[in-house]
Amino acid sequence: MLYSKKVMEHFTKPKNVGVIEDPDGKGIVGNPKCGDTMEITIKVKDDKIDDIKFRTFGCASAIATSSVTTVMAMGKSLDDAMKMTRNDVAQELDGLPPHKMHCSNLAVDALHKAIENYRENKKE
Amino acid sequence: MRVYMDHGATTAVDPEVKKVMMRFFSDEFGNASQMYEYGRNAAMAVQEARERVAKLIGAEQDREIVFNSGGTEGDNTALKGILLGKKNKKKHMITSVIEHPAILRTAEFLETQGIRVTYLPVDNFGLISLEDLKKEISSETALVSIMHANNEIGTIEPIKEIGEIAHDAGALFHTDAVQTVGKIPVDVKKLNIDLLSLSSHKFYGPKGVGALYKRQGIRFEPLMHGGGHEKGYRSGTENVSGIVGLGKAAEIAQKVLLKEKEKLTKMRDRIIDNMLKVEDTILNGHRTKRLPHNANISFKYVEGEALILRLDAIGIYGSTGSACSTKKLEASHVLLAIGLRHEVAHGSLRLTLGRWNTDKEVDYVIKEVPRVINELREMSAFRKETEEYVMSLKDEHDDDHFET
Ligand SMILES: Cc1ncc(COP(=O)(O)O)c(C=O)c1O
Repeated sequence: MLYSKKVMEHFTKPKNVGVIEDPDGKGIVGNPKCGDTMEITIKVKDDKIDDIKFRTFGCASAIATSSVTTVMAMGKSLDDAMKMTRNDVAQELDGLPPHKMHCSNLAVDALHKAIENYRENKKE
Repeated sequence: MRVYMDHGATTAVDPEVKKVMMRFFSDEFGNASQMYEYGRNAAMAVQEARERVAKLIGAEQDREIVFNSGGTEGDNTALKGILLGKKNKKKHMITSVIEHPAILRTAEFLETQGIRVTYLPVDNFGLISLEDLKKEISSETALVSIMHANNEIGTIEPIKEIGEIAHDAGALFHTDAVQTVGKIPVDVKKLNIDLLSLSSHKFYGPKGVGALYKRQGIRFEPLMHGGGHEKGYRSGTENVSGIVGLGKAAEIAQKVLLKEKEKLTKMRDRIIDNMLKVEDTILNGHRTKRLPHNANISFKYVEGEALILRLDAIGIYGSTGSACSTKKLEASHVLLAIGLRHEVAHGSLRLTLGRWNTDKEVDYVIKEVPRVINELREMSAFRKETEEYVMSLKDEHDDDHFET
């Protein structure tokens, strides 16, 4: 099985790895039993993503999709970030092997959860 | 540095083996069934290889060796050939849950043909229980097939005792010895073996060739019907160069086996001992009843495919039982059978040593693997502090490949 060059780049040199201390929003999805767990933390300023970091347990594509998701989301308005899809992420990486499209491509879900978490926190 | 430590998957052809094979492509290309010189030379070379293979496994007569295309064919032939044999009246066989797919998928096929199959469980080390075997075996049992050593975790099964129990019940005993022949001493007589599968590419011979040992007097239905090659047990013009290569590999193995075993055992133990120094790590398989060249470790909080590819990037080649590394996204059936939880099976690394590995390479592995593990753990969302929480998360996968 072969990954695209972009997947390998993001896998070997992932961007925005880590956690933001005291984040405005945080989202975790997946379950280690199935192989992949992604955590995204964000800082928000003027309704835009001001900083974003990820931590991922999973295969090469799980790490690559997480990394590229953070790159794509950085600086985006929250509304635009909410519109990002798994397909957008896969396309940005020049595609994923078919059997990796689902379980290893949950980073946008984690991102959306983090944004929802921020919006809920704000209400309180 | 480039360090190949996946000899359980396959080995490089020994240069000496390659050298003797070369003659049989364009020079001595004859069909071994023909009487003229080219044919005779090929037939003689095949005969010599037969003797060498017989000698390596302690077979009494070289006619007990049936050359074929490798381990998969040997396993298929033994199971189907005995259970579906014209004269066979016993419709039961016993195997184990940790066999290679070449056995398991064949057994499943036999179940569709009216054969009852018992799959013996294994303990946490991967060992079957002789008591279980005694309970399940009966006068209805035609065949017991238990692997000599497991390809993933390296556990060596008590096959001498298994053979004895099979014989006491009037059943035949087949063993998949693909991982042991050429690596540890195998003597079909002492080990009570009736049928044995071996494969050339696991011990420095070419791929696509192997042999089925069949104790004299045992008859089975061939998989390949045809021109009656291999005394009718495997038709098809002989793969002369391959067979010659297998014969040479067997001859070399016979000479170096004990020394090599000792060397690899030392290297293996050095790898195991050092890997176990890494936190949250377990050894898969048995500490001593173990192939001399096999180390299999689970690193918690790390996923195996990512680990393999990170190691690949620094020139270390190993394998994993992680679900994510397979198309079907299923964790290794062997790791689950020894009681590993899915998330622990994900973090498994198998390093299998071979003839040309050096102490320097072992040093490199011992130094680099813990570093890569640490790197991956640093970026993992699944970690000791988050374990309870993430394990409680709902599985949000759309596809239904995963069952708890
Ligand atoms: C235990 C075991 N049995 C059978 C096989 C299949 O052998 P071959 O590749 O020669 O078909 C292998 C090799 O993958 C193996 O490890």
